[in-house]
Amino acid sequence: MRSARLRREHRAGTAFALPAFALILALLLAPLAALLALSLTDYRLGAVAVRLVGLDHYAALFSDEVFQRSLRNTFLYVAFVLPGAVFGGLGVALLVHARGRSRAFYEVAYFLPVTATLVAMATVWQFMLHPSLGPVSALLRALGFGDVDLLNDPSLALATLALIGLWQVIGFNMVLFLAGLSAIPRDLYEAAALDGARRAPDRFLRVTWPMLGPTTMFVTVTSTITAFKVFDTVVVLTRGGPLGATETLLYVLYLEGFQYFRIGYAAAMTVVLLVFLVLLSILQARVIERRVHYA
Amino acid sequence: MNTQLEPLRLAEAGSLSLRGIVKRFGATRVLDGIDLDIRAGEFLTLVGPSGCGKSTLLRIIAGLEAQDAGSVTIGGHCVDALPPSERDVAMVFQSYALYPHMSVAQNIASPLELRRLSLIERLPLLRWLSPRRPRVMREIMDEVRAMAAQLQLEGLLDRRPAQLSGGQRQRVALGRAMVRRPAAFLMDEPLSNLDAQLRVHMRTELAELHARLGATFVYVTHDQVEAMTMSDRVALMDQGRILQLGTPAALYDEPADLTVARFIGSPPINLLALRAGADGMVRAAGLALRAPAPGPVSLGIRPEALHLAPAAPGLLQARLRRAENLGAEWLLHAEAADGTPLAIRMTAAERAAAAGLIGPILHLRAGREGTHLFGADGRRLAVGQIAEVTA
Repeated sequence: MRSARLRREHRAGTAFALPAFALILALLLAPLAALLALSLTDYRLGAVAVRLVGLDHYAALFSDEVFQRSLRNTFLYVAFVLPGAVFGGLGVALLVHARGRSRAFYEVAYFLPVTATLVAMATVWQFMLHPSLGPVSALLRALGFGDVDLLNDPSLALATLALIGLWQVIGFNMVLFLAGLSAIPRDLYEAAALDGARRAPDRFLRVTWPMLGPTTMFVTVTSTITAFKVFDTVVVLTRGGPLGATETLLYVLYLEGFQYFRIGYAAAMTVVLLVFLVLLSILQARVIERRVHYA
Repeated sequence: MNTQLEPLRLAEAGSLSLRGIVKRFGATRVLDGIDLDIRAGEFLTLVGPSGCGKSTLLRIIAGLEAQDAGSVTIGGHCVDALPPSERDVAMVFQSYALYPHMSVAQNIASPLELRRLSLIERLPLLRWLSPRRPRVMREIMDEVRAMAAQLQLEGLLDRRPAQLSGGQRQRVALGRAMVRRPAAFLMDEPLSNLDAQLRVHMRTELAELHARLGATFVYVTHDQVEAMTMSDRVALMDQGRILQLGTPAALYDEPADLTVARFIGSPPINLLALRAGADGMVRAAGLALRAPAPGPVSLGIRPEALHLAPAAPGLLQARLRRAENLGAEWLLHAEAADGTPLAIRMTAAERAAAAGLIGPILHLRAGREGTHLFGADGRRLAVGQIAEVTA
């Protein structure tokens, strides 16, 4: 009797969960499986015959110089952007949080780059950085750096793109940090003031920074993923040049898949990119979670 | 500044003195010229309805809020220019305000660390360069352990606040306040987040703690029971003023005005709206009282001062609504002819003796004790003469 009821409940529960599971399957897991399957074939767009190549693509990736370079560039780009994105966003948030009535203005101003589409803004940057017409180049000349072509100098192009990426992501991170700052109870600062935290660094180290732990972790993860996926500025401003100095993972992947139509190879690259992103997320969650307090 | 010095324990080290404190938020005067002297070692409670300014006053004493006028003196020194940490006071917050990312031990150690270590010695990484840090930290942890033992927190030193019960958090907050031995403790509704049973228990603990420490306690609450049970003196506040300052007994037995009379006592005082005749006489509930002048008055009768009597002219007639048995005592809830609610408190023995008098209609006589006359402005009137009208 009782087990019959349990079975009935079990069936009902399964029925209720089924739609959600079907959606997850169709929208998230099936595409992933398709991607994995494609990466094991030599599929090309429009090809009549498809052959299974096993792990050949993955093996090829290891000796593909372009892929290796794009990997290096991407990591370099992330290393450039991440600290600035986290600490810059935090710094701006701290400053804006302390404002009174002008706070709304600063919030909007810093958030503008987030709302603007990067492709459109990239054309603005292209003008700004133009070696003969751009104000930035003029400024650098006036400061005595001589003629600098930021986007065409192999040693500077990636860093320039990183600065543009930073320009875009800081406003977003600021908003996240502002939300985190507003959630810190005022009592804690007052308790700290009575305990003897009189100076700003004490308040920051004792209350602000630890209380922002969850926010910082979230910002770090999202910024890393955003930086890993750098693409639009590369396409619009440098097309991977000069001399491949700004070829990034996603850009190379795009070339393979949508310019050369080697879908199978591009799929293998995508799998590698996904593995990196998932590993990074897990690592950060593990490392930071141990030091993060969730109230 | 060397904050490591033991504060000099003068006789008046813990005395507090407030002179003409005014605080405005926009156009509203939250505090309207508060003068208050608190003796060293006294347990003084600021009590009043929410919005009366009591918490603001406490925060001004702590230095968390700046007054618009007036001055605060602690231990004989004017502290108006001092930041909260240098006022030699500790505060216990309603929310406890424990650092959620720190263990119990770290929470209690916090004020000592901030006072005895320099900023460099507290910075991550750089702190390991300090040769004296390990020794200072050992001393601090010894004191923290001693404090924890005093508050029965020994087993909990490594826990985070989130892993503690409300009562334990409360004790950690007390520990953090006590560990630096301040001259005065400021407490902002510290019991209001506890359940009823624990609140009663913590009342006793706080009173015992006060006796043991001998420090000054300034305690803010909106709960008149807390005010009455723990305090040496109570300051009853309303609309930014102190209406009455006195011992709990004085506030109960001789309320300075209607607001005080209404606020103190549970169930609240019974109030009858009456009128003094041309001769100044007020006659009600078997009493004849002489008011200083004719005009509208309120007669306040404490629930235990209303007694059942056999039917007679001049007595207060009321319809019985409900009788509550509280074990040792009974509460009768009744309604006067004009709809005024009345509460009558009697011991079980009194009720047994008056059992025959309890019916749908009650006849009530007010005793002289616990009966007060208030003028139209709410001030208590000096009653010239009280006579009991005998049937």
